[in-house]
Amino acid sequence: MSTQDLRFTQSHEWLKMEGAEALIGLTDYAQGELGDIVFVELPAVGTHVDAGDVLTTVESVKSVSEIYAPVAGEVMDVNVALDDNPDLINSAPYAEGWMVRLRVDDASSVDSLMTADDYEEHTKG
Amino acid sequence: MSGATERPDLVVEPTIFELSSPGRRGYSFPPLDVPPVDPVEIFGEDQVRGEAPDFPELTEPEVVRHFTRLAEMNHHVDRGFYPLGSCTMKYNPKVNEDVAQLPGFTRLHPEADEAHSQGALALMHNLATHLAAISGMDEVSLQPPAGASGELAGMLIVRAYHTDRGNPRSKVIVPDSAHGTNPASLTLAGYEAVEIKSDSSGRVDVDELRRIVDSETAAIMITNPNTLGVFESRIAEIIEIVHGVGGLVYMDGANLNALLGIVRPGEIGFDLMHFNLHKTFSSPHGGGGPGSGPIGVTSKLVDYLPYPVIARDEARSRGVEYYPDYERPKSIGKVHGVYGNFLVMVKAYAYILTLGPGGLRRVAENALLNANYLQRKLEGHYELPFKGYCQHEFVLSASRQKEYGVKALDVAKRLLDFGVHAPTVYFPLIVSEALMIEPTETESKRSLDHFIRVMIDIARESESNPEIVTGAPSRTPVSRLDEVRASKDLDVSWRRR
Repeated sequence: MSTQDLRFTQSHEWLKMEGAEALIGLTDYAQGELGDIVFVELPAVGTHVDAGDVLTTVESVKSVSEIYAPVAGEVMDVNVALDDNPDLINSAPYAEGWMVRLRVDDASSVDSLMTADDYEEHTKG
Repeated sequence: MSGATERPDLVVEPTIFELSSPGRRGYSFPPLDVPPVDPVEIFGEDQVRGEAPDFPELTEPEVVRHFTRLAEMNHHVDRGFYPLGSCTMKYNPKVNEDVAQLPGFTRLHPEADEAHSQGALALMHNLATHLAAISGMDEVSLQPPAGASGELAGMLIVRAYHTDRGNPRSKVIVPDSAHGTNPASLTLAGYEAVEIKSDSSGRVDVDELRRIVDSETAAIMITNPNTLGVFESRIAEIIEIVHGVGGLVYMDGANLNALLGIVRPGEIGFDLMHFNLHKTFSSPHGGGGPGSGPIGVTSKLVDYLPYPVIARDEARSRGVEYYPDYERPKSIGKVHGVYGNFLVMVKAYAYILTLGPGGLRRVAENALLNANYLQRKLEGHYELPFKGYCQHEFVLSASRQKEYGVKALDVAKRLLDFGVHAPTVYFPLIVSEALMIEPTETESKRSLDHFIRVMIDIARESESNPEIVTGAPSRTPVSRLDEVRASKDLDVSWRRR
C-alpha cells in the first residue's frame, strides 16, 4: 500500500490522521529489523500520553522494544486483535497491524513529523 | 520442542515417558519390615491420590543411557568452544567440583550450630575478604544468589543510603549499552531509569551526563568494561560528575574478568559493585543457575549490606571465631535464604586460591589477548562498529552479510553446525545485527584458530551460498526451531495421549 499519506518518527512509528484521530503503528522497516513479533502490550483506553511517552511495548524473538507516542493525545481504541495475532505487525504493518487509535490534542503537532520521503531517507542513513 | 523439524537421518531421543514400559524396575525394595499403614487413615481421604502418578518405568541402564544421550546432544563448555559474550563461559576446573563435593560441605545443614560449621563460615569470611581485596571494596556480603539479585541488593543499598540522608532520590542513570537487568533492578528498587546515550566510541557520553545529573540522581550503574568490550576510559570524570551531585556510582561486575589483578574498582571511585562468581570465578552456569552475586561496598555503605555478613572475632568465644553477623540495624535485610548459594562460593574460593594474585592477573591478560586476537582476525570479514583494542569481548555486526540476506541469527545458527556455541546476538541493542564474542582466557590458540576458520567460512558462504547459512543448522539433532511458536505456545510438559 502507499505510505504517502502517513507521517513518521525517527523511532519508526507511523501515524495516519483520520479526522481528529490518528492510527499509530510500527513501520515496515522496523518490523523487519525486529523480526517475528510474539507479544504486544497495549495501553488502557482513556490513557493520556505526551509526545515521546511509551505507548506500547513490543516483544520480538530478538528483543523487547518500546513504541513511543508520536504526538500527545488520548488513547481511544487499541487493536485487540494483536493479543492473539501479534504477527499482524509483521504481515500488515500499515493495515491490520495498527496498534493504537489516538485522539490528537493538537492537530498541528502532526506537521512536525516526517513525511514518507523523509522517512525513507532516514532509514537509508 | 514445538516446531522442531524432524530429521530422518538423525535419531531424536524420545522423552523418558515414551521409553517407559509397564512393570520395568530400576530398583527393587526389600520386603517391608514394619507394619503397613493406610495413608488415608493418617492424612484423610481428601489428601490421598486416587491413583498412582504416571511415573516412567525403566531399568537403571535405560535411565543412564537416556540421560547420557541427552547430554551428548547438548553443547557445553566441556564439549566445545562457547563464545557467549558477556556471559564469561570459561572452563570450570574440575578441582573446584572435587572440593565442592567434600562431605563436610555437602552434608552441612544450613541451620547447623555455628560451633559445628566453623570451616564453612571461615571459607565464606575468607572468600568475602578476597573479593574485597580484588575489588578494592571495604566489605562484601555473599547473600545475593545471582547477578541481578546483587544489582537489586545494590540498588536497595543506594536507596537506604539516600533515605538515611533525608531523601531517597528518584532517578538512576544507565547507559544504553547496559544489560537489561540494570533498568529492571533499579525499577524494582523504586527508581526511574534515565538512559544515557553512548558516544561514537561506544562509551558514555560525558557531556550528556553532565547535563542530565541533578539532585534527584541517586546513582549511575556502569558496566566497565561495557558490553561493547570497551573500557570506559573517562570513568574518573564520570564518577566525579555523579559524586558532584551526591549520587553513588555502582559497578555492574559482569565484566570483571577483564580487570582481575589490574584494576580495583574501589580505587577508581566506585562506591559499590556486584560480582558474578559464576562468571568471573569459574563456577558453572547456564540453564538457570545456581549463581552467586555477592555485593561489595566501600566504607560509607557497609551499614546497609544485606545480612548476615560472615564476621570474624577471635575473642568472641572459644571455637566460634567465625559467625554470621546479624547485628546490623541499618542492613537492607536478607535477600536469600540462609547464607546464599554456598557450594558456588566453595568453587569460587577454590578458584581464587588455586590461581593466587598473579594467576588472577594472568586470567585477565589472557582473556584480553584472546579477544583481541579474534577481533583482529575477524574484522576483515565482519563489520566492526567500534574500532580499536577491545577488552575481554567485542561486538561484530553481520551488516555486510545482511546484503546477501544473511542475518546475525543465521550466522549464530550456522556456527552450531561446526560444533561452536552461538555467540550472544542482537545485544547490545545499539549495534544492529550484533554478534557479541567473548572467548575467555581458557581457550588455546588452536581452538581460537578453529573458530576463526569457521567464522571466515561462514562469511564466504554468506556470499556464495547464503541458503546454507539461512537454512542452518543442518548437522544438529534438530534443525532450526520455530522461535515464535516456542515463545507463544511454550509447552514443556509431556502428557500421554
